[in-house]
Amino acid sequence: MGGPEIERLIELLSRLPGLGPRSARRAALTLLRQPQTRLLPLADAMQRAGQSVRTCSRCGNLDSRDPCSICTDDHRDGSVICVVEGVGDLWALERAAVHRGLYHVLGGTLSALAGIGPEDLNLRPLLSRLEEGGVREVILALGATVDGATTAHWLADRLQPFGVTVSRVAQGVPMGGALDVLDDGTLAAALMARRAG
Amino acid sequence: MEWDAPALVLSAHAHGEGGAVAHVLTAEHGAFRGLVRGGAGRKDAATWQAGNMVSARWFARLPEQLGTLSAELVHPSAARIMAHRLPLALLSAACALADAALPEREPHPRVFDGLLALLTLLSVDPSEGARRGPAAFLRWEALVLSDLGYGLDLSGCAVTGQTTGLRWVSPRTGRAVSDEAAGPWRDRLLPLPPLFLDPSEDGTPSQWRDGLRLTGAFLQRDLFGQRHRPLPAARSRLHDLLDAAPAEGGSGTSA
Repeated sequence: MGGPEIERLIELLSRLPGLGPRSARRAALTLLRQPQTRLLPLADAMQRAGQSVRTCSRCGNLDSRDPCSICTDDHRDGSVICVVEGVGDLWALERAAVHRGLYHVLGGTLSALAGIGPEDLNLRPLLSRLEEGGVREVILALGATVDGATTAHWLADRLQPFGVTVSRVAQGVPMGGALDVLDDGTLAAALMARRAG
Repeated sequence: MEWDAPALVLSAHAHGEGGAVAHVLTAEHGAFRGLVRGGAGRKDAATWQAGNMVSARWFARLPEQLGTLSAELVHPSAARIMAHRLPLALLSAACALADAALPEREPHPRVFDGLLALLTLLSVDPSEGARRGPAAFLRWEALVLSDLGYGLDLSGCAVTGQTTGLRWVSPRTGRAVSDEAAGPWRDRLLPLPPLFLDPSEDGTPSQWRDGLRLTGAFLQRDLFGQRHRPLPAARSRLHDLLDAAPAEGGSGTSA
């Protein structure tokens, strides 16, 4: 079509989430038409990110610093740690600006099907942080799935000896959600987690 | 080729960006896999949680193809027991066992009915499920062994033929042995909890542990060992959970 370089670019783009071969071709074309304003800055940003971004050794977040900017932020409440499944979940909570404590990225959930066992989770650094002291609450913000709930129960057992409060994010009716369009599972969970008004 | 049937979701794993390959169990058609379009997406992921009862539809151009599955949620077992440790562990272990042990597209209606009854027990009232679920799970495991041709023979003592006082099972033959016939071989036999002999018996944590060891030995040897595969990790986690439970009658695992 336009030489091996373009084919290679399209092939690599098409492997990204949300892009198929057709949308990868459109993205490549947009980049190639404006190399100075789009292609080269993107290539430079990707190269810089590839060289500098690493996994935080304390919490598992991605950042150009280690420990990451969240772990070293003095304005955050270090006594509350929110455990999330992946970096995407951490970003979602940061976007919402609802948690001013620290995080811990578990790197997955226990899953017999995917072959993920306790040894595959990023747990040791969390236990080390608890051993250091100063933590009073661990919030388990894992997915409302069978694997997420199984992991939360398992993790709560592992954290029990540290004497910290272990809490979980609630499940129920989403903001703006009408009851008649909710699935039965969410409705059941919401009703079971009801609280005094 | 196509069918419509009530089904229990055994597992679903992501396929592509929003799709999933789901594994369901039906009474009429056995265990079936199929591609679910959008099955891992925001809208449908809740339907395809293990343990849910769905009204499923499978279709394919040719019977040997993977086919496409679609479903409507009938009973959200998974959502109802997520906050309950022991019922959730039992649901996960049962679904993982059925997922791994049952042959594809071979009807086992008794196994389906047993699993449906177990999941109903666990999810309709999770605290009742925590009390009666382990015994029901163990009896269902024995049923799976029996339906697949490796049943335990608990009808009478293999040595004396007597039908009372059965306390042990031979790990070699799977036949019951009475306490008096066990004699000096007792430490080579597997303990037989009364819940296998009496369907009204709920058992105690120590009997549940004995029961898991009993069915686990035969599942490992006859079903999984032959395929050179370990027992499902979810079953091992159930074992760990029951190991942490108090010795008799407590409910430390039900939170």
